[in-house]
Amino acid sequence: MRVEQIAVFLENKSGRLAEITEILAENGINIRALSVADTADFGILRLIVNKVDQAQKVLKENGFTVGKTTVIAVEVPDQAGGLAGVLKTVEAEGLNVEYMYAFVNKSGEKAVLIFRFDDMDKAIKLLQEAGLTLLSGEQVCSL
Amino acid sequence: MNMMRVKEIETLPRAGLEAIQLQRLQSLVHRVYETVAPYREKMDAAGVKPGDIQSLADLKKLPFTTKDDLRDNYPFGLFTVPMDDVVRVHASSGTTGKPTVVGYTAGDIEMWASVMARALSMAGVTKGDMIHNAYGYGLFTGGLGAHYGAEYLGATVIPVSGGNTKRQITIMRDFGSTVLLATPSYALNLADAMADVGVSPEELKLRVGIHGAEPWSENMREEVERKLGIRAVDIYGLSEVIGPGVAMECLDTDRGMHILEDHFLPEIVDPDTFEPLPYGEPGELVFTTLTKEAFPIIRYRTKDLSRLIAEPCKCGRTLVRMEKVTGRTDDMLIIRGVNVFPSQVEHVLMGVEGVEPHYQIEVNREGNLDTMDVLVEVSEEVFSDEIKVLENLARKIQVEIKDLLGVTAKVKLVEPRSIKRSEGKAQRVIDNRKL
Repeated sequence: MRVEQIAVFLENKSGRLAEITEILAENGINIRALSVADTADFGILRLIVNKVDQAQKVLKENGFTVGKTTVIAVEVPDQAGGLAGVLKTVEAEGLNVEYMYAFVNKSGEKAVLIFRFDDMDKAIKLLQEAGLTLLSGEQVCSL
Repeated sequence: MNMMRVKEIETLPRAGLEAIQLQRLQSLVHRVYETVAPYREKMDAAGVKPGDIQSLADLKKLPFTTKDDLRDNYPFGLFTVPMDDVVRVHASSGTTGKPTVVGYTAGDIEMWASVMARALSMAGVTKGDMIHNAYGYGLFTGGLGAHYGAEYLGATVIPVSGGNTKRQITIMRDFGSTVLLATPSYALNLADAMADVGVSPEELKLRVGIHGAEPWSENMREEVERKLGIRAVDIYGLSEVIGPGVAMECLDTDRGMHILEDHFLPEIVDPDTFEPLPYGEPGELVFTTLTKEAFPIIRYRTKDLSRLIAEPCKCGRTLVRMEKVTGRTDDMLIIRGVNVFPSQVEHVLMGVEGVEPHYQIEVNREGNLDTMDVLVEVSEEVFSDEIKVLENLARKIQVEIKDLLGVTAKVKLVEPRSIKRSEGKAQRVIDNRKL
C-alpha cells in the first residue's frame, strides 16, 4: 500500500513556494500534505496532492524539476505514543527512516504519518503485520 | 653569473642585446628543427627553414606555439633532450583536463635560478635577506622557482609554502623575514590574519613583497603596502616559458616589469590577426625562450594582454618592460594562483552521470581570498526527494573539480533554466572580483 508523492527541487530564493502553490491552485489541484526539507543552499518540497500526474505535468511545464516517488501513509490515533509505536515496529528490524512528515485529519481524531523508508517493501510488511492502518492515495486525499 | 656581468647585460645598448638575442634565436631554431618533429612539421608547413632567420624581424616567419600544441604532445613530446637529461618536470592545468607539462635540464634549473635571482635583485633583495617564500611548492612552478632563485642569490630562504597562516606569522616574526614572496591575495590574507592575532607590522622586519601568479590591481598594491608596511612589487612568469622570473618590476620604475630579454624574447601581436605590433601597442604577449634546453618554446602565445614599453627606465636597465597584464584573450580564470578554464569544469560535469552541462562559475573575493562557486542545474535525472542524494551529488562534483583543477569550489545546485542564457548561449563565468 503505497501513496504517490511528488517532489520539487527548490532553490533557496523567495517566492518559489508561493509560485508552486499558485500553479497548483490554478489547475484545481488540492494539496493534502506537504513538507519542505532544506539545506543552506536548496530545498526539496514534497507534496501529496489529489491529482498527482497533473500536478507533475503542470509543474514541469512551468520549468520545475519534479520527481515522483512513493511513500507510506500510516494512520494512528492522534494521542501520545502514536508515532513512537510505529517507529518501534520498524526500527527493531533495522529499517531507516529517510524522512517523514505528518498531518492530522479533518476530524482531529487521527494523525496521518507519511514515511519514506530505505526498504519500503519490508516496511509495509512489518507495519501491516503489526496491525497498523496503511492508507492508499485516494484515502489520504479523501480524509 | 656574477653580479658585475648581470649589470653589464642588463644595461647593454639595445644593439648589443639584440645581437645576443639573434645569435641565441638562430641556434635555438636550428636545434628545435633538428630534434623536435612537431616543430619541424609546423615549420615545413609554413615553408620556413632555420636558415631563414637572419634578423630578429624574421621571428615573425616562425609559427606560433599554443597550449593546444602542448596538449597534443602531452606529456613530453616537445622536449628536445632525452629524458636522461631532464632533471625536473612541472605542470600546470590545461584546458581539457590534461595538464601542461614542462621539463628542465640541470642547466635549465641553473639558468632559471639565475634569472629568478636577478628578478629578486631588481626588488633590492640581497644575500643578506631572509626570504619568506609562501608560493606553493609542488607541480606549480612558483614555490620551487622562487626558492632556487633565492638560494642562487645567497639569501636565506624559508620554504614555508602556502597555508597555516598563523604559523606563517609566527615564523615571519621570530625568524625576522625581510622579504615576502606570495600571491597578492595571500599577502593580504596574511596582513588580515596578523591584525586578528594582534601582530603589528612594526614587529616584523618585512621590507619588500614580491607578488605575482595572479592578476592584481594598483588598489591591491596600495592595500598590501599599507597593511604590511612594505614596498610591494610585481613579478611575472608562466610555466610554459619557465616559471617565475620572466619579468620583474624594479624599485625605480613607475610602470611595467623588466623582461629578462637575454633569455626570453617578447613580442606583442594583434589578438585577431596575430601580426606583430610595435612597442607601445596593446596586444597578446608572445614569448620565445632563447636559452632553455629541455623545453624551449618558440613564439608561445600566452593569451595575456599587455604592451611593451621601450623607453629607458630610471634604474638604468635597457631591458624592455611589459605593462601589468590587463586581461586575457581566452576565458582562463586565475583562482588563488591556479589556472582554471571553464571547459575543465564542463569536463567534470559531463563525467557525472545525469548531470547536464548547464553550469555557471561565479568567482568572488571574500576577504582576500578568491572563492569559486559552481552553479549546476538539477535535471530530473539526478533529482531525488532525499536531501542526502543531492548533497552527495554536490559533494561528488566538488571532489572531482578539486581532483582535476586543484581548486576547492563550492557546488550549488540550482533550478533548471535558472542560469541565464543570452542568445541561447549561457554566460559561463561571472567574475565579481574587483581587480
